[in-house]
Parts: sequence; structure tokens; C-alpha cells
Amino acid sequence: MRSYLRIIRVGLLLRVCEFSISRGFLLMAVIQPIIFASIAFYLFKAGGRSGTLLYASLGAGMMGIWSSTLFGSGGALQWNRWQGTLELLVGAPPPFIVVLVPLTLATSVTGAYAIFATLLWGRAFFGVPLHFAHPWAFALAVPAGVLSLGLMGLLMASSFVLYRHANALSNLLEYPVWVATGLLFPIALLPGWVRPLSWLLAPTWGIEAIRHSALGQGAVWFPMAMCAVVGVAYFSLATIFLGIFERLARAHATLSLT
Amino acid sequence: MTGNNTRIFFVGGLISFRALFNWIKPSLYIPTMLGSTVFQIVFFVYLGRYARTGQDDAFFIVGNAVQVCGMSSVYGMTMAVANERQFGTLGPLLATPANRMAIFLGRGLPVLVNGLVVSATGFLFGIVVLHFRPATSTLPAIAFVVVVTTLSCTAFGMLLGSIGLYGKDFFFVANLAYYLLLLFCGVNVPLDDLPGWMAAIGRCLPLTHGIAAARKVAAGGSLRSVSGLVWTELGVAAAYALAGFLLFRLLEGASRRSALLDTF
Repeated sequence: MRSYLRIIRVGLLLRVCEFSISRGFLLMAVIQPIIFASIAFYLFKAGGRSGTLLYASLGAGMMGIWSSTLFGSGGALQWNRWQGTLELLVGAPPPFIVVLVPLTLATSVTGAYAIFATLLWGRAFFGVPLHFAHPWAFALAVPAGVLSLGLMGLLMASSFVLYRHANALSNLLEYPVWVATGLLFPIALLPGWVRPLSWLLAPTWGIEAIRHSALGQGAVWFPMAMCAVVGVAYFSLATIFLGIFERLARAHATLSLT
Repeated sequence: MTGNNTRIFFVGGLISFRALFNWIKPSLYIPTMLGSTVFQIVFFVYLGRYARTGQDDAFFIVGNAVQVCGMSSVYGMTMAVANERQFGTLGPLLATPANRMAIFLGRGLPVLVNGLVVSATGFLFGIVVLHFRPATSTLPAIAFVVVVTTLSCTAFGMLLGSIGLYGKDFFFVANLAYYLLLLFCGVNVPLDDLPGWMAAIGRCLPLTHGIAAARKVAAGGSLRSVSGLVWTELGVAAAYALAGFLLFRLLEGASRRSALLDTF
């Protein structure tokens, strides 16, 4: 157990350092959220909804975390496939999930730059007031959201072991999750059937916890608890799926196929 | 253009597209190019509704359906050069005596067609799912405007693709350019709502005038009424194509001198 924790800690640190100097990740975690935040700022200003600028900042930040997690988790296995290291990782003595957890967590941790980038951008160029209703709760809500997204990334990555075109799925899933989890507009605007789907997605609870703690317009602890609940569910499912898919990929010899 | 150059333009362009994009399969193409297109439109339509900017859904549907052609044009043209380098074929290609203009422009043709398919998918989705109802009589004019806009985006992609001859991080440049087009070109935010300097930059970029023309035509305007915008978009296309070609020749020479052709 101790050695597993060490693998996760060292792996997380290594991957965060790796992603932090990757221009692709910085584009997703800093520049892209800033561009989307700017679009939302201008739209909300044009609509006379200046009071929603902090709402937009936080939403655009969460969009960046999701993009980073999605592309990181989708790409994690693919990059290892291309580099020929996936078999080595699967064949290493620790369970593959222990190797994979720090990788997917690192994608969401790196994505957390997005929240700070959009808040600073909004403050500096759009005069967004940074007055948080519950600053301590906000300080907890951000890591809770990041952790649950990282574990969602783990679930996705575990299913991507089988799917050789995981990158395509990553390209497809970016906008739908932005839509379905109400990152820049409320879910109430969407058709009713989207609502139950959104409950299954970590960004819904993450952004709710972050927004409620920042804007003080609702319960903070319930969405934060839901981040933990869905996080545990993702981890459990990922453990099961990874066991099955890893076995299938080895049996069908598709592990290293690009 | 001589017969040989015509062959390089058409046949060479098609063969290079098939070779450089040999990884494109329906399982990749549909989610990446078509799936993300329709969800981008949904996202901005709902964002527009929530922001209550006074613009109707058609504003966002037309803006995004035209803008998505940039996905094919910007990334496609960048990869048309960058993949040659990655596959190790750039050196042999540039060692041939083939006309550079024919090589360069030929690569843009399949990318242009792909951009039109993506854009058409966006419009079709808007019509079928989001109740976008342009008059049937305006459809040919909209199609013409989209062709011109895709042409201009492809020319912009040529300029970015030329950077791939010299710089290694061309995907960063392509990604950045694609997202900046979304902000600067009046795709979702009208130019009047942007600061003056952003609107000024937007007017020098592809898409801006094409999107404005497409919106006017979709609202019932005639092609004649938007001829100024269409000619401007064509002018932008010509300027980027020329700049792209000149940069291509310049960086070709530079990458030969510094032996960077095969480094990746």
C-alpha cells in the first residue's frame, strides 16, 4: 500500500511537471479557457448581464479543466502506445490502475491552472470582482472538483485501453460535456432528459460546489459530497473496467496497435 | 498553367491528401469533424440564449456553421505540410523540380472540399434540429458564400502550414489560430461589441466578412447586396494565399540552409 502511494505521489509530481511545460496542455489549460471566457464576457456584457461575469470566469475555468482531463486521459494511453511504452506499463509489477491514477489526476491538476487563469484574466481586463462568499469553502471546492474530474478521466482512460481511436472520442466529448454540465449556462435551459445525465458527470458537481462557494447562492457541501461520491464510483468502475479491458487487450493483442 | 502543372495540382493534391491523411477513417472522421461541429453549434446557441444578447439562434447557427470550415482548413493545411515532415517525405518532395505553386495550391483543394462538407453538416444540423429556416431561394447564395469563406480559410491555413516547414510547434500555432478566429471574427460576438482593436484585427482575418455575408443572405438578402463583403473575403483569401506561398518559398530556402527539413 505504501509503495502504491509512493507511485501515485511521484507519478503525479512527474506528470504535472511534464504537462506544465507542454505547450499543448498550456494552450488547453490557460489560453483556450481565456478565449472562451472572453467570448462569454462579451456576450454577457452585450446582454446587460455584467453580474454574471464571475459566473462565466468560473465556468470557463472548469471548461479548461475538463478539456485538459479529456485530452490528457484520451491521449495518455495513445501516447504510450505510440512510444511503445504501454506494454511496459501494463507489464510492470504494480497494478496498472496505480500507474494510471497519477497520470489522469495530473491532467486535471494541470487543468486547474484554467480556474486561476480565467479569474485573473477577468479581473485584469474585465474588472470582474473577486469577492468570494465562502473563501475557505472555495479553497476546498476547487481541489474536490479537480479530484473528481481526475477520477472521471481515469474511468475514461480505462475504457480507452480497448479503443484505438480514443483521441477521436476526446475530440467529440469536449463540447457535449460543456453543454450538459452547465458550465457557462444553467442546465435548466436544456431539455429535461439532460438533467439526469448531468448528475453522472463530475463537472456538474464540481462547478456547482465552486460557484456556490464563490457566489454564495446555494449549498456548498452537498455538491462537494457529490464530487466525492461520483469520484468513488468512477474509481470503482475504472478498477473493474480496467481489469476486463486490460485482459481483453492482452488476449486480442491490441495493446500496442496504433 | 501547363498540363504537367495541372496534373500536379489535381492528381498530386488528391494523392497527397490520401497519403497524408491515410489515418482518417469514418470512426475518426465522424466524431472529430462532424460530431464536434454539431456540438459546437449547440453550445453557442444555448450560450447566446442565456446571455440574452438580442441575437436570435440563426446568428449563432450561421456564425458557427461557417466557422467550422476553419477546422478543416486550418488544421488540414497545417498538417498537409507538417505530416510530410513527420513522415519523412518533405525532403524528397522539395527535391523534385515540380512547380511549387502547383504543389502548394493542389494541397488546398481536398482540404477545401472537406471544409465545405463540415460546414454543410453544421447548416444541415441547424435546419433539422434547431429549427433554422432560411428561405429555400437563399440556399445557393449561402452555399456560394460558404465556398468563398472556406477558400479564404484554406488560404489562411496555407500561411500557417508554411510555418511547418521551419518551426516544429506548428500544431500549437494552428490550435491557437483556430480559437482566436472564434473570438476575433464575429462568430459569436458581433464586431460592434468587441473593442476597436479586436474588431480591426478581425476585419483582416478570414471568416469575418464571409460570416457577415452569410448572415445577411440567410436573413433574406440577395447575393448582390453582400457583394462588397464577398469581394472583401476573396481579397483576404488572395492576400493570405500570396503570403502563404511567399512564406513557403522563403522558409523552404531557410530550412534547406539550416538542414531542418527532416527534423521533427
